[in-house]
Amino acid sequence: MLEIKNLHVKLEEEDKQILKGVDLTVEPGKVHAIMGPNGSGKSTLSYVLSGKDGYEVTDGEASLLGEDILDMEPEERAAAGLFLAFQYPVEIPGVGNMTFLRTAVNSQRKSRGEEEMSAADFLKEVRAKAKTLKIDADMLKRPVNVGFSGGEKKRNEILQMAMLEPKMCILDETDSGLDVDAMKLVSDGVNALRDEGRSFLVITHYQRLLDHIKPDVVHIMANGRIIKTGGPELALEVEQNGYADLLEENA
Amino acid sequence: MALPQVKLDATEARLSGLTLPEGGWSAAARADAVARVRAMGLPHARDEYWKYTKPNTLVDAEVPSAALFASDEAPAFGERDRLKIVFVDGVFDAEQSDDLALEGIQIDRLAEASDIHWAKDLYGVLETKGQDPVERPLAALNTAFATDGVLIHVQSSPSKPINLIYRHGQETSDAILHHVIKVDAGAEVTVLENGPAAARFNKCMEVDIADTGKLHHIRLQGRDHERRAATHIFARLGTESVFKSFTLTVNGQLTRNECVIELTGDDAVAHVAGACMGDGSFHHDDTVFITHDAQNCESRQVFKKVLRNGATGVFQGKILVKPDAQKTDGYQISQSLLLDDDSQFLAKPELEIYADDVACSHGSTSGAIDDDALFYLRARGVPLEIAQDLMVIAFIAEAVQEVEDESLQEEIVGRVEGWLARRRG
Repeated sequence: MLEIKNLHVKLEEEDKQILKGVDLTVEPGKVHAIMGPNGSGKSTLSYVLSGKDGYEVTDGEASLLGEDILDMEPEERAAAGLFLAFQYPVEIPGVGNMTFLRTAVNSQRKSRGEEEMSAADFLKEVRAKAKTLKIDADMLKRPVNVGFSGGEKKRNEILQMAMLEPKMCILDETDSGLDVDAMKLVSDGVNALRDEGRSFLVITHYQRLLDHIKPDVVHIMANGRIIKTGGPELALEVEQNGYADLLEENA
Repeated sequence: MALPQVKLDATEARLSGLTLPEGGWSAAARADAVARVRAMGLPHARDEYWKYTKPNTLVDAEVPSAALFASDEAPAFGERDRLKIVFVDGVFDAEQSDDLALEGIQIDRLAEASDIHWAKDLYGVLETKGQDPVERPLAALNTAFATDGVLIHVQSSPSKPINLIYRHGQETSDAILHHVIKVDAGAEVTVLENGPAAARFNKCMEVDIADTGKLHHIRLQGRDHERRAATHIFARLGTESVFKSFTLTVNGQLTRNECVIELTGDDAVAHVAGACMGDGSFHHDDTVFITHDAQNCESRQVFKKVLRNGATGVFQGKILVKPDAQKTDGYQISQSLLLDDDSQFLAKPELEIYADDVACSHGSTSGAIDDDALFYLRARGVPLEIAQDLMVIAFIAEAVQEVEDESLQEEIVGRVEGWLARRRG
């Protein structure tokens, strides 16, 4: 599904290398988790993959379903099946949540040469999916993320994911700012989307999210590299001992 | 004080090219207006009030020509039931207009109104009042030389809106129109305006709203590129009356829209809003002056300008709160969205407050499209250009929402979407 080879990335504005050779392969239907200390490059990885400005790829490659994505525009990557659930979803005053979602769904369909969704079908589907995420009609009507609580913003991310039906979902610290109930709601939303044709890359600081979204593979990232890969037990190990031992092993 | 020679010369040159229409009941007002124009002189680039907008092409004796513009859009307001009043190059066109009879409303042509007319008490009166404390010579010129216009007396609420439609027929037409609207107590009316009027257009609208009367004014200016227009609205509001005006301007080499409002009765409400879309050789000026002279009144000024390729936007907005105008609620916001580094926005927001129990706020900003929002939209698959358009529509939303009628809001947004789409080619 997602294949990253020897990815090197630096900040455009300053000569600072953030990713120093990331290798990662996520197979179809699998859930991979990336854990790591602050500043290890986890969020940078998610931004670079989704095409945010401000980063320069100095070496390596990344492909989605065999297609090189690094030269694509962000919207092309989205249409190709990539989805980033933002750590900090952006508030956009003046743009209605529904308008935004429908424009996104139909833009992707159009770019893939598929028929656009009718207003009626869209409404029906968005209402049904919103209901399972406990997103009420008022939230759908409001401008994108404006006045949403932290939990509402994250639920809105998952609603977008559910509507766009991407193949490769990257969740960037989706657990940050969530209370226990909200975390369960969001996790249930994600788990409902697990499918043999859909993969997940879950970026998190804490093991507790992985109690809800059970990963197949866990990677530890530090200093711009993946330094260790293992099963779910690796997350438990980090939870108990912290990153210090692992970092020392790799020093 | 004697006028500077350049100003004197320019004023006399302009006046010599104009013929004072046959007076009738308006003769005295016109003669008075000519004298006032001579005394104040026409605007000059060195005038403080014209610091950001060059007035010369609005003043010159010779009319700068403007190519006729053939629109490929459906006519504005075409889908709704309305009473059409059409002017071609500033002359009333009976054939293209509807029958001017409508229940609850009396409509007369300025050029034909009989000698004893209700408008005698208003024609030039509100304009004259609006000359203090800032002179507006182009409005006085209008009162003196207006060749046509309508006099609308709203006695009770008519069943449909009045639509003033302007058409441009000749490349050097120089139209001067003057409308007077009087809204009686308890009556409510909607006035729509649209269409390219002339190569050069000077329009004045005097509005008198009695206690509890309501006037909704929605104006679409554009998309003729080469026109030059100076417009004035002078409105006087009685107790618990409402005046809401919204203008969408797209294109136009030079547009100056002045709005002068006086809240004279308690609990009156005045909203003036505008959105403009400028690309390239575009200069748009909103100049607003709202005077609070009664208690517990509300005024709002909401102006949004989208500028690209070297377009210029200007806002001069003032709220004057007189000593007795306690409990005034005044709001003023002017913002520009600059789509490149070549465009500019010049704003002069002013508050002058003499009462001590008021709430007035104002703000003015210039900025580009928010990169984070743009990335967020694109990351969901929305192509860059559509994402930009969504952000533009979002930017003007606060101004468009000043229009009460939702179907009119939709029509306005639709026009803007069309403009944006055509820019993409």
